[in-house]
Amino acid sequence: MGNLANLLLLLVILLNFFILGSSRLGACIQTAALQGALLACVPLLMNPISGHTLFLAGSALALKGVVMPWLLFRAIRQVRIRREIDPMIGYVPTLILGTVATAGAFIFSDHLPLVAAHRGSLVIPCGLATLGAGFLMMITRRKALTQALGYLIFENGIFIFGLLLTEAMPLMVEAGVLLDLLVAVFVMGIVVNQINREFSSLNVENLSLLRE
Amino acid sequence: MQLLIVSWLLLLTGGILAPALGRRPLAATLVGSGSAALGSLAGLAIAVGALANGQTTGLALATTIPGLTLSLRLDPLAAFFLLPVHLLGLLGAIYGGGYLRGREGRLPGLHWLFYNLLVASMSVVITAANALLFLFAWEGMSLASFFLVITEHQEPANARAGLIYLLATHLGAALLLGGFLTIGAFAGGFDFSAFAALSHLPGPTASLLFILLLLGFGSKAGLFPFHVWLPEAHPAAPSHVSALMSGAMVKTALYGLVRFLLFLPSAPGWWGGTLMALGLAGALFGIAMSAFQSDVKRGLAYSTVENVGLILLALGLWLFCRGRYPQLAALALIGALTHILNHALFKGLLFLGAGSLLHGAGSRNLNRLGGLMRRMPATGLCLVIGALAVTALPPANGLLGEWFIYRGFLEAGVRLKGLAAFFPLVIVGLLALVGGLALLVFSRLIGIALGGEPRGSRADLAHESGALMLVPMFVLAGLCLAGGLAPSLLLGPVLRVAKAIEPPAAPLLAQAGLLPLWLGGLAQGLALLLVLTALLGRWRKPRAVTPAVPTWGCGYLFPTRRMAYSAEGFSELAGVSFFCDCLRPRIEGGRSMRLFPGREVFRHQAPDLVLEAGFLPLFAWVAARCTRLRRLQSGLVHIYVFYIFSVIVALLGWVAIRL
Amino acid sequence: MLIRLFWHLALLLGLSPLLLGVIAKTKAGFAGRKGPPLLQPYYDLARLFRKDMVISRTTTWLFRAGPVVGITAPLVACLFVPFGAIGAPLGFDGDLIFVIYLLGLSRFCTAVAALDTGSAFEGMGAAREVTFACLVEPTVFFVLIVLVRLTGSFSLGGLFGPALATGWHTAAPSLMLAIFCMLVVTLVENCRIPFDDPTTHLELTMIHEVMVLDHSGPDFGMILYGAAMKLLLLGAMTVGLALPVSLGSAPLDAAVFALAMLILAVLIGVVESVIARLPLLKVPQLLIGTSLLSFFALILLLR
Repeated sequence: MGNLANLLLLLVILLNFFILGSSRLGACIQTAALQGALLACVPLLMNPISGHTLFLAGSALALKGVVMPWLLFRAIRQVRIRREIDPMIGYVPTLILGTVATAGAFIFSDHLPLVAAHRGSLVIPCGLATLGAGFLMMITRRKALTQALGYLIFENGIFIFGLLLTEAMPLMVEAGVLLDLLVAVFVMGIVVNQINREFSSLNVENLSLLRE
Repeated sequence: MQLLIVSWLLLLTGGILAPALGRRPLAATLVGSGSAALGSLAGLAIAVGALANGQTTGLALATTIPGLTLSLRLDPLAAFFLLPVHLLGLLGAIYGGGYLRGREGRLPGLHWLFYNLLVASMSVVITAANALLFLFAWEGMSLASFFLVITEHQEPANARAGLIYLLATHLGAALLLGGFLTIGAFAGGFDFSAFAALSHLPGPTASLLFILLLLGFGSKAGLFPFHVWLPEAHPAAPSHVSALMSGAMVKTALYGLVRFLLFLPSAPGWWGGTLMALGLAGALFGIAMSAFQSDVKRGLAYSTVENVGLILLALGLWLFCRGRYPQLAALALIGALTHILNHALFKGLLFLGAGSLLHGAGSRNLNRLGGLMRRMPATGLCLVIGALAVTALPPANGLLGEWFIYRGFLEAGVRLKGLAAFFPLVIVGLLALVGGLALLVFSRLIGIALGGEPRGSRADLAHESGALMLVPMFVLAGLCLAGGLAPSLLLGPVLRVAKAIEPPAAPLLAQAGLLPLWLGGLAQGLALLLVLTALLGRWRKPRAVTPAVPTWGCGYLFPTRRMAYSAEGFSELAGVSFFCDCLRPRIEGGRSMRLFPGREVFRHQAPDLVLEAGFLPLFAWVAARCTRLRRLQSGLVHIYVFYIFSVIVALLGWVAIRL
Repeated sequence: MLIRLFWHLALLLGLSPLLLGVIAKTKAGFAGRKGPPLLQPYYDLARLFRKDMVISRTTTWLFRAGPVVGITAPLVACLFVPFGAIGAPLGFDGDLIFVIYLLGLSRFCTAVAALDTGSAFEGMGAAREVTFACLVEPTVFFVLIVLVRLTGSFSLGGLFGPALATGWHTAAPSLMLAIFCMLVVTLVENCRIPFDDPTTHLELTMIHEVMVLDHSGPDFGMILYGAAMKLLLLGAMTVGLALPVSLGSAPLDAAVFALAMLILAVLIGVVESVIARLPLLKVPQLLIGTSLLSFFALILLLR
């Protein structure tokens, strides 16, 4: 079981690379959806199946794998953009930074005093790497949509950390994580629409015009 | 030992006689280059002899100057470093005889004085066994090479190059002076024999000393980021001087580093780490910059930065592993030493070849060359061999050193546990990147300078160089091939030195001696197979070959020679696809958007990032801060005398207080 | 030793053109055509070796040396690579570095030969070839480093030997990534879609094929044969990564290896049929991505 979970987590890291290196928004959203769906399966593999884990996995699958991508797809249909052109930092440097961050995550988690049970598992490095990828995405991209996507990946990273605590973590906190996410997407959706209407462009830099 | 001194005297006498001959250039050249060649030949014979019998000889003469004894020592390490100095000194002297002949209006006498001084002072630096003597010879070496760099000082670019070189070398020398004074204060003397006491240095002092020595020697060796003088000085100097400077003088700095590191107590990990990091940065930066140069000799100078980076990388691994992993240390040391010797051979060859191109086709700019293989076949052959060697391709000698370096890092990656193995293994991957870029740089040099059609009008009229210039190139090319086909030739001296430096690794060294059988045998097999295939492939069957058709222009009927791929175009894709903006060359103009394009100006420059964005602003800042001090500089002589007087009074006062 | 040499040469010389035939046949099948016969590459080679040559008057011996090195270097390099369970006839401690630099030698000579014609197109091809090679070489090295770390051996014979079979139990994810990276390397180095398309009609878009425009007759035959050997060499590394098993008898092992190589050829044909060619400036991006993946495989292995 642990092996399969590790394999899924590995795939999650590979999907991080893909999102960081791809310019097509549609492909990015699909990848993020796939990543969410994969992550939703991980608690089933790591913990004994109970109503609690089933609920967690089911709700995560529904939200991360279906609802959020659907919302985002709707958003790109409305604003009619396909690609993120001209990011702040190019795709290749972002990819290299992402790999360096992943390497850093592995090296860092190697030094953490973990319990023996978690020593071999990929959870910590994968979580750190996904957090890093989310951050990078939010730092380097200009469009509000890709920023929302970055936030989604960031939340996936937090979810991976949460995996370690599913036994200990009360339902409320988990629901909080999911709700938080949902709210974020709604907010982003509204912001995207607003920006588009105000400035007829999706570049976040335009927000700095509001500074005064 | 006495013979070596005789050879120095020979060099000095010839050097002094040559300018004295005044207005007879032929006689001056004969005396100057003849004495340089003879002196170097004697030095070479002595070095080979000393290396062969493996004994240490010494000599000490007292002087009246406190701290300075004329003590000399010739041990295997010194003899090893004497090899490139005297070999390139000898070949450069012969080559220079031919190279300088065509220059009317210039008197060669002074040039030979400085050339001979340079060879002699390098020889003294390497055999000196007294820190002050070392420093004197070091200064002599710097000054002689400075005057050689500004041989053609009429051109403003050369004068600027000389100034940058003088600054870099003197800042380095100042750091060295500081280091040596610290050493002298601790060891109680300046003789190397007294330096055994240094192994008890306390940690912080030793680290300070390490930094001083690294920066001091590094600025001479082309350590990143103190390499800025190399790409300026090498193109300015005459080619045989570039060969000598790049092949031998840079190595004296590496010699100094190794020599003094051996005196210091066992190194903490970060010493080796620093050396490796700077070496790696230099290797990557040097080869990347080399890809953008259209000046042949500038490109070669950057390639020197790269190769010195590789050597320092290996030395860093050696330093890191000394006393911890003796086998790894031995592998790294062999790699560094082999590469030092190899680099002297192939970079000497390439610089001489570039000089021959300049001499024959009248330009160092790749875009003015082209089609020279047809017009200068001997130079072309030598350059191809040199390019194979510098890109570490079999069957030339370059692979041997790089093989040991790769092997050392791979072995480190297997030996270390867990993620600690990460760093050496990543370095292996980056070394592969450096290797790939070197292949780009040198296929560009060969393909664009030698292949295709002449791009400039003078390249059309190019002529082959004379025998005096060709013979040294053939000797070096022969040595490059011989080193690849029979690596024991190279590894013999290297192993002898390594045994002297790293006695604990003797069994491994004996094992490493077996390697040449494989690499050499394979190189021989490869060469044989190449010849066989060439014969099989109807190499020169007249029936089969239809000559005298133009190159296929893909349907375009009137291709001109200016349409051939340019040097900048060749490396543009690399620049666009994987260098960051700051490294890329600056391009101005050249894009015509009008219907009837008129005259366009296109400018392509690849300035050194470190110089442009680092040192020049730094110096400008310092200069701006120092404007107030300019009041001190009044231009009146008696004020200056007053300064001197007041300093003396202050010193006397200080002494009085201390007493 | 001699038996191994025999099997190696037999597979190398006999099998390598067949792979090209299989790829062409697969692509034809996808396009709904009948396609050339499987043995067409052999006929082509035979025809080329009988032909006369046309040589540009611009060129020198550099131009003639390109094909000679282009066939010799892969031939020698192949002798170090085990073909499936058939061990390599040659090998020494650290031969992997030698083999990579041998391939570098062939690249150097082909690029210089291309520049020697003075044609802008061929210079362009040479520039692309050496540039992309800068990105491919680190990938190959990282893949080999993964194996070095896993097996503790420094020779290609040892890397793909029995130690790798046990390695699959402990480091399967890294090895899967390594196989993927090797596949990409095989496609790039042998000018396959999605990186390069030798069959396109526009020389401007080619990489490798545009370098050898001016070669003809036996010289071109040598280049084609050398390219086929290179395909076999890189394919053998990929197959060796995926199938580190031995059946015990040499003919059987040879048959298994040949079968695996043919499957790989079909796979390449499928990839070429279903994926569109990448824009040229995307190629370096993808190659850097692949290098980073191989680097990630190393991180995974080390932890």
